[in-house]
Amino acid sequence: MSAALASVAQPRIRPRKSIFRNPLVRAVISICTFLVLWELGSRMKLPWVGDVPAPTVVMKAWVPLLSDPGYWYSWYQSSRRVFTGFLAAMVIGIPFGLAMATSRVFRDITFPVFEILRPVPPLAWVPAAIIFWPTQELSIGFVIFLGAIFTIMLNVIGGARSIDLRFFQAARSMGSSNWDIFRRVVLPAVLPSIVVGCEVGIGITWNVVVAAEMISGGGGAIQSSAGGGLGFFIWSSYIGGSYPQIVVGMISIGIAGYISSAIIRWLGRVITPWARVR
Amino acid sequence: MRSPVLAGADAPAAAAPPQQHHAAKGAIRIENVDKLYYAREGPVQAVSNCSLDIRAGEICMIVGPSGCGKTTLLNAIAGFHDITGGAIYLDGQMLCGPDKPKAEPGPDRVVVFQNGALFPWKTNLENVAFGPVMQGKLTPRQAAEKARGMMADAGLGDVEHNYPGEVSSGMRRRVEIVRALMNDPKVLLLDEPFRALDSLTKSVMHEALLEIYYKNKVTIFFITHDLEEAIFLGHRVAIMTTRPCRPKKILNVDIPHPRNYGVLTSPRFRELMEETVSAVHEEAVKAFEAGEKEM
Repeated sequence: MSAALASVAQPRIRPRKSIFRNPLVRAVISICTFLVLWELGSRMKLPWVGDVPAPTVVMKAWVPLLSDPGYWYSWYQSSRRVFTGFLAAMVIGIPFGLAMATSRVFRDITFPVFEILRPVPPLAWVPAAIIFWPTQELSIGFVIFLGAIFTIMLNVIGGARSIDLRFFQAARSMGSSNWDIFRRVVLPAVLPSIVVGCEVGIGITWNVVVAAEMISGGGGAIQSSAGGGLGFFIWSSYIGGSYPQIVVGMISIGIAGYISSAIIRWLGRVITPWARVR
Repeated sequence: MRSPVLAGADAPAAAAPPQQHHAAKGAIRIENVDKLYYAREGPVQAVSNCSLDIRAGEICMIVGPSGCGKTTLLNAIAGFHDITGGAIYLDGQMLCGPDKPKAEPGPDRVVVFQNGALFPWKTNLENVAFGPVMQGKLTPRQAAEKARGMMADAGLGDVEHNYPGEVSSGMRRRVEIVRALMNDPKVLLLDEPFRALDSLTKSVMHEALLEIYYKNKVTIFFITHDLEEAIFLGHRVAIMTTRPCRPKKILNVDIPHPRNYGVLTSPRFRELMEETVSAVHEEAVKAFEAGEKEM
């Protein structure tokens, strides 16, 4: 009895640190398992995955693309479009959202229109965007812009409305003017919500990039069909019946989206250093 | 040097009509104040015909059950809410009254809130330096300099560059009190500032607050429902009735300042506790029953 107790109570001097504790290792295991299951499913012609090209087949299609400037040009094109569309969404969405959150009148006037436009999917905007805008690039940028702006605005409004009343009262009794309160209370208090809105928003821009680039028709393509942007690349691979390339395009967008969100997250941490400690 | 009258009063147990020899600033006169507001269930008379004189430089403790209308009174003094009757004066000047139901918030009356309202996006030092810059009294650099000095005095030198979220809640509360004092207020309005703290931290905070008070000598309007806290800190304790709120009993705490925690075990302290407990309990029961009815 006492011996058993002693063995239980004995402190582990150096706890065995399993390699599985490393998050990076876990991530690699996760991805590898996914790939193996996919490969097996695809080879065994299981339902649903049976028609999807196996990872090895996708890799075979991918390797030659890596030395194709057209493929990289697509990365560049899509990134540029996403970046500009997203930037426009931020530049317009953040002030608009702040105005809606701080001015009752402005909110009452604009909110109904905002709420009607918000549920319209970006894909549904494609024909209208082609008609509205003089150039293809503007049409594409517009659809991407629409993908991000509502999320950014909603987060800004939500963030601004949930600011603790006591912050305003404290600032007011310490002699702050309205402008001081806006600049030194509202803006910093909303910043974390802006970051969240942008993080979600940039993900959505990559979601809509396929729809947006259907407009492009391969504009600016160098040599291969791969030059019109990653979204267009998927679309044209589908038209051309190259299924492995579709998957290459999908994974590329996934990677691009992941990198974009990571950048936003990092920027967010830099501009809201206090948020880490809360 | 000292006037004979004061010297006499000093003798055995001077509750001290506080700091007559100090610049008498920060006297608040609450005169027949009413506050009626409209809640969903109908009109609520939060404060009715409430009169209270708070002397310049004293620590006046306002005690009453939760929801009795103490905070309404504080909000009226601070200028966050209007009143529906009566008037409030600060050093003879009307803050709010019949013609002007809502006072203008100002740095002469700074509030320290129940759960704290330090700006989480500013470091403690930036928080403390905030007021004088806003009022245009100091440049940011001068304000930072002064803030650093005041924080060092209050034993907060080590947490200057931390964000409020990085320090303990007791620390935060101290930073907030220093932030309020940076504005050279005449009155410090404290709304149950130590409510969320555990009792050990609370006792440390009480002594810290007194220490700050002895250095700065502002009028302190302190809302609490902790009787021990009230008697330990206050020159006077105003026990309020519950809804509508008005003073039921005003207790002179004739234990001389400076006080320390030893006071808690003194017989006089016990006597004063006994004297107030029943009055407060009566109101607490009333508040509880009123709450039951509202359910």
